[in-house]
Amino acid sequence: MEHIELFFKSIFIDNMVFSVFLGMCSYLAVSKRVKTAVGLGAAVIFVLAITVPLNWLLDQYLLQPGALAWLGAEYADYDLSFLSFIMFIATIATMVQLVEIIVEKFSPSLYNSLGIFLPLIAVNCAILGGSLFMQSREIATLGLATTYGVGSGIGWFLAILAIAAIREKIRYSNVPAPLRGLGITFIITGLMAIGFMSFGGMLTGGDDEETTETETVQVKEETEPKVSLNTLEESDNSETINEMSKVEDKSLANNTIK
Amino acid sequence: MGLLSKKDAKLITDPLADNNPITIQVLGICSALAITAELKASVVMAISVLFVMGVGNVVISLMRNIIPSKIRIIVQLIVVASLVIIVDLVLKAFAYELSKTLSVFVGLIITNCIIMGRFEAFALANGTWRSFLDGIGNALGYGVILIIVGFFRELFGSGTLFGIPVLGDPIAKTGLYATGYENNGFMIMPPMALIVVGIIIWVQRSRNKALIED
Repeated sequence: MEHIELFFKSIFIDNMVFSVFLGMCSYLAVSKRVKTAVGLGAAVIFVLAITVPLNWLLDQYLLQPGALAWLGAEYADYDLSFLSFIMFIATIATMVQLVEIIVEKFSPSLYNSLGIFLPLIAVNCAILGGSLFMQSREIATLGLATTYGVGSGIGWFLAILAIAAIREKIRYSNVPAPLRGLGITFIITGLMAIGFMSFGGMLTGGDDEETTETETVQVKEETEPKVSLNTLEESDNSETINEMSKVEDKSLANNTIK
Repeated sequence: MGLLSKKDAKLITDPLADNNPITIQVLGICSALAITAELKASVVMAISVLFVMGVGNVVISLMRNIIPSKIRIIVQLIVVASLVIIVDLVLKAFAYELSKTLSVFVGLIITNCIIMGRFEAFALANGTWRSFLDGIGNALGYGVILIIVGFFRELFGSGTLFGIPVLGDPIAKTGLYATGYENNGFMIMPPMALIVVGIIIWVQRSRNKALIED
């Protein structure tokens, strides 16, 4: 139960992109095409699922105040928590490198689809953010840490997938010239974040019955924000242009894009 | 700026507007959005990044000839991480409340793309003094956007600046509130940061047509 709750919480309520704005750089840079977005998203899930439990172990047995007690009583007073940034980032950088080598060796096809994104990920704030939030929220067990890592990875994946789909569509819309590209992407992300805020009430119910109910509802809702946003953007005068460009020849379509 | 040659001065002034790290280069968005609900947090964040970037760029530029290019990312991360630990400890010692507000976002300066981006693009190829100026310039450009966003969000969201009420008292209905004005609580919510930055980009690009994308 605890696992399911944390899982959905990390996907929807504490979504990496929409509620804490982590990994925005690659979110904005690599979301022009759905295909590349899927590749990067999958790589993020993968790396988060590995690094968060690893850093949990580091935190628990090396960094926390008193964590060194397993070495002997005289070490119980040590507090190495000031080293956590450097330890976490070193773990992430080496893990990313290691994963890259292993994947290249054993699954060239996976390497071809994930490979180019893996180096990018070492400096993705979502990865370090996952570990730092794991530390500051004091997640209790290794299992929960893994769940948290996978959940936040999936949340990030969903976010980049949604924005990439919208950006592919929006090229046919009549966006004001200065807003084109980056500007409109920011505003859409803002609107999507408002949509995701509605998940906030999802896990407030205390009873088991209530939580299972909300979970089934939320699966349906998941697609809704995307759909409503899509219609919202195209509902204005852009829809007519959209139809026009389909009917007329390609050069006109190109003009509307430019 | 009598001290600086024209070329050097450009390193500082360019990132402030036409080559701004946030609105043009799209770097370092993460922290820019999350902590701008209050002006105070924005200013502290801007100063922290200024310190890390200035010193980091100098260190990387000094080491640029001895870093093997294969492991340069790890070396850069370690340099930034050490600097960020200093910032974090200083904040915890002198501004504990504020360091609680900033929580993990101080740590996330490590993965702030502006820092890595400038290391890669500038400090690895340029001399120490120019790298220092470039670091300061980009950190200032970042800080300017942070402070603008923080200013509007705090002013419209809670009617205060640096925690001091500037629009009157919302409960006693004095000042602007006497005319029926209300705080827009939505401005403090995270999504509005995105929309405010979107509007800044809009304004900047309508003033300078050269920046418009395709």
